[in-house]
Amino acid sequence: MTDNRDFTRRHFLTAATAVTGGVGLVAVAVPFVASFGPSARAYALGAPVEVDISKVEPGAMIKVVWRGRVIMIVHRTDDMLTRLATIEDELADPASLESEQPQFATNPQRSLKPEILVVEGVCTHLGCVPIPRFEVGPADLGSDWPGGFFCPCHGSKFDLAGRIYSGFPAPTNLRVPPHSFVTENIVLIGADSGAT
Amino acid sequence: MAPIRSGLMHHLGRNLTALTTWIDARFPMTKLLKEHITEYYAAKNFNFWYGFGVLATVVLAIQIVSGILLTMNYKPSAEDAFASVEYIMRDVNWGWLIRYLHSTGGSALFIVVYLHMFRAMLYGSYKKPRELIWLVGMAIYLCLMAEGFFGYLLPWGNMSYWGAQVIVSLFGAVPVVGEGLAELIRGDFYISDITLNRFFAFHVIAVPLVLLLLVVVHIMALHEVGSNNPDGIEIKEHKDADGKPLDGVAFHPYHTSKDLVIILVFAIAFSAVLFFAPELGGYFLEHANFEPANMLQTPEHIAPLWYFTPFYAILRAVPDKLLGVILMGLAVMLPIFLPWLDRCKVKSIRYRGWVYKLALGIFVTSFLVLGYLGLQPVSDTYTLVARVFTFTYFAFFVLMPFYTSWEKPKPVPERVTN
Repeated sequence: MTDNRDFTRRHFLTAATAVTGGVGLVAVAVPFVASFGPSARAYALGAPVEVDISKVEPGAMIKVVWRGRVIMIVHRTDDMLTRLATIEDELADPASLESEQPQFATNPQRSLKPEILVVEGVCTHLGCVPIPRFEVGPADLGSDWPGGFFCPCHGSKFDLAGRIYSGFPAPTNLRVPPHSFVTENIVLIGADSGAT
Repeated sequence: MAPIRSGLMHHLGRNLTALTTWIDARFPMTKLLKEHITEYYAAKNFNFWYGFGVLATVVLAIQIVSGILLTMNYKPSAEDAFASVEYIMRDVNWGWLIRYLHSTGGSALFIVVYLHMFRAMLYGSYKKPRELIWLVGMAIYLCLMAEGFFGYLLPWGNMSYWGAQVIVSLFGAVPVVGEGLAELIRGDFYISDITLNRFFAFHVIAVPLVLLLLVVVHIMALHEVGSNNPDGIEIKEHKDADGKPLDGVAFHPYHTSKDLVIILVFAIAFSAVLFFAPELGGYFLEHANFEPANMLQTPEHIAPLWYFTPFYAILRAVPDKLLGVILMGLAVMLPIFLPWLDRCKVKSIRYRGWVYKLALGIFVTSFLVLGYLGLQPVSDTYTLVARVFTFTYFAFFVLMPFYTSWEKPKPVPERVTN
């Protein structure tokens, strides 16, 4: 017995609906996935912020928040700056070649003005806030500790320019956010140019 | 009065039969009950290890009921979340009980599931013809991990916040697309109100739907091939004239009556924790989570909940970020391949050679030691120990095809032993 039913039209219908439906599925996936991205409000709240640093004494640090990240602004002393050069052999990326920062921050101090460090307080390992440990040679970090940042989560150590020491889990130096000086003592965080 | 009462019962009984017939003509009720309960035959030699599947179902039910009750008063926003949990604890009638049921239930579910998985490794339950049950089970386990992770952010305590920060940052380690992926998960540049809101959606609806479906598939696949047993032999190979396995007994009433006792013993232990030590010294509810999320301050000592710590210890043991994430992911995924890594034909540990017994012992030790280390602060000694046990953890899986082909099993009996 031969089966003389004709499946041509069925095959055509199946193929046609599969292709059309597939295109539809892909098309609808775009807005669905895109809805997971940061919303317009999230972008608006991520606008640049102005910070007055006139009251930050040499050797002191303030924390501000930009895009939900801690931004640490350190007023380094001359002594702190001279110590930066002495530890370069122990660093993983002393010249900031692998790290993320604006072009102007690839110098050893990683800053616009030598004494003012603006750096994200977000460990490049898994995002914890590194603790400022500016004292020299504390008991827990060893007598050769020249001051810097210590991440409590997984023990990464950074120097006073946010550069990572070799042999710790964080892969790169602390990020320097885009920033600029509006006036002598006003830093604009989030934008390279002076405009707000 | 007796005649009237018996008349009533008779009447009721007849109506019940009529109702059953009416339903059965429209839905396979009796057929399903027979297939899965009254005529599902499982080996008569089950020991207590075979109670953990039922217990997992029980705890899942506790989680669903207590979870639904929690959503009635919880508010998934950065502004209100922490306060709404405090409100549940202090002001909602019996709110503390409902919340502790859910938090204790979360840990209990992982204990029960880990033991359930260990049972499969003891008796070779993942082997042919039960590979698919194992795969679906692993998918359930991954769903549970997702539930644990998403749910842990919801109280919006400081440990919630930084735990989520660390785990989401793991995705950031993926080359090229990592940062974009992390942003897509958070929906923001940091863990924010937006992130909390979507984690709530994942925790209470998206993942539970998948989870329930997988549980149904897991049980259907099990009932298709039949349960394994401590002797690791197929009871379907010896059937009586009616086609019933000679070494099997019906799930109901034989196994259900034993399971009820197991559930009761479990309920006693569960209640002891629930009522007397719901935080369990910081292991079930971490102390750092009793202060609200603070994006400026990472807790001094950050550790995930105990059920993630073996993998967390592996992550920390690797000095390279990307490699650490890869190894951690592999550590979670490797058990998926057990049915094909294990080349020994004999299922049960009772008849397997000393090699597998030793290997399983090393694996369990590695898992427990890593779990302990993941809870401890980083130190040089601990990192070294974690590296050693990370190595043995992976060796168990990677070397399995070799040592299991080489091992000399003992003869396996034809029929189940007592």
